[in-house]
Amino acid sequence: MSVAVIRLGVGNTASVMFALERLGAAAELTDDAARIAEAERVILPGVGAAAAAMRLLDDGLRQVLRKFPRPLLGICLGQQLLYDFSQEGDVAGLGLLAGDVTALEPTSRLPIPHMGWSALQFERETALFEGVASGEYAYFVHSYACPVDDATVATADYGRPFSAAVARGNVFGCQFHPERSGAVGARVLRNFLALPC
Amino acid sequence: MPSKRIIACLDVKGGRVVKGVRFEGHADMGDPAELARRYRDEGADEIVIYDITASVERRTIDYAWLSRVARALDIPLAVAGGIRSREQAIACLEHGADKVSINSPALERPDLISEIASVAGSQCVVVGVDSRLIDGAWRTFQYTGAAETVRQTPRLMLDWIVEAQERGAGEIVLNCMDQDGVRGGYDIPQLKAARERLTIPLVASGGAGAASHFADVFLEADVSAALAAGIFHAGLVSVGDVKRAVRDAGLEVRL
Repeated sequence: MSVAVIRLGVGNTASVMFALERLGAAAELTDDAARIAEAERVILPGVGAAAAAMRLLDDGLRQVLRKFPRPLLGICLGQQLLYDFSQEGDVAGLGLLAGDVTALEPTSRLPIPHMGWSALQFERETALFEGVASGEYAYFVHSYACPVDDATVATADYGRPFSAAVARGNVFGCQFHPERSGAVGARVLRNFLALPC
Repeated sequence: MPSKRIIACLDVKGGRVVKGVRFEGHADMGDPAELARRYRDEGADEIVIYDITASVERRTIDYAWLSRVARALDIPLAVAGGIRSREQAIACLEHGADKVSINSPALERPDLISEIASVAGSQCVVVGVDSRLIDGAWRTFQYTGAAETVRQTPRLMLDWIVEAQERGAGEIVLNCMDQDGVRGGYDIPQLKAARERLTIPLVASGGAGAASHFADVFLEADVSAALAAGIFHAGLVSVGDVKRAVRDAGLEVRL
């Protein structure tokens, strides 16, 4: 099993690599478009800000991701980059999913970023979440959120419901960090590795 | 609503977890990786590793043992201690930390906050603040890792946390020094005042001595998370006990 984890500037991609290592997957951190195109699985981890991340995704890499035929998982900002557009820096995304990523608004009760464990609420079943039930917690860190629509697999709530997980065809996304979500996250990553190519 | 977070902090000195009282005098509490896993198993929502003498000794944390802990851990990990440059912060993230917490160096050079936030994102930048009440105002302190180095700074806590937020901090950990290690409960008035100034999450630190103290600080100061070290290390209260107490007080926790 070869997994390409896309290197996008600096950030805590080490925790994604360690999580894959714990699951026994052969993962490589790379920004080489050819290597990524050949991988059996691709993970777009996404750290930092949307505009900075999109700048780092060059045309070659964008084309590879848009055409990638096997399972592709965007994590956190990586999920947001799958969409048409992000309000964060007013930047176009990969356009693999329709819609805009918008800012979470701080209120007196809800500080931003949303940083912590929130319950997942499943809207439909998908192989990626086999063995994970509504009400189980996952770890989130984000200030922007993806719309709830027919790509939504699970929602979470932070002042308003947002897409905690999405799936369309071979394209998957988690707004939460599976690599830091304990047993629930390990289950999601294991399911991702087991998806048919 | 998000669940309230319980953070277990490992104060590390010379590669061992230690516990001090009011930052002075330390007793050996065990191996960091072992304790991190124990707290994870008990239900800790996050682990902080704090190399307490790094800043004082003008060095940063040991990346080798950071990696060792990060490799084994599947919950969020923050590190603190002696991070003085963007390069050191990035090295911590690349060795498996999810967040870096900066304290004394940020007071010395506040640009450090925005320098790290601009490349790694605000969500990776925690600003730790040590503060105590003197002459009716909460005042900030630096180099609190050793009795002989601790010193007061000219900045007032309430001004500094707002400045840190504006410079790009993603979270504030407010360590209330008057309560630290005394186990009489969190400093509710100070935390409440801080919380009212911030739009980013606030973490309470210093003073936890019983499971009920956590419920108190969540209910009364509305902090996002509460951090404790000594009471967990000493086995007085488990993370699980704390979470049940917080849930029984009507708050959401991950159990």
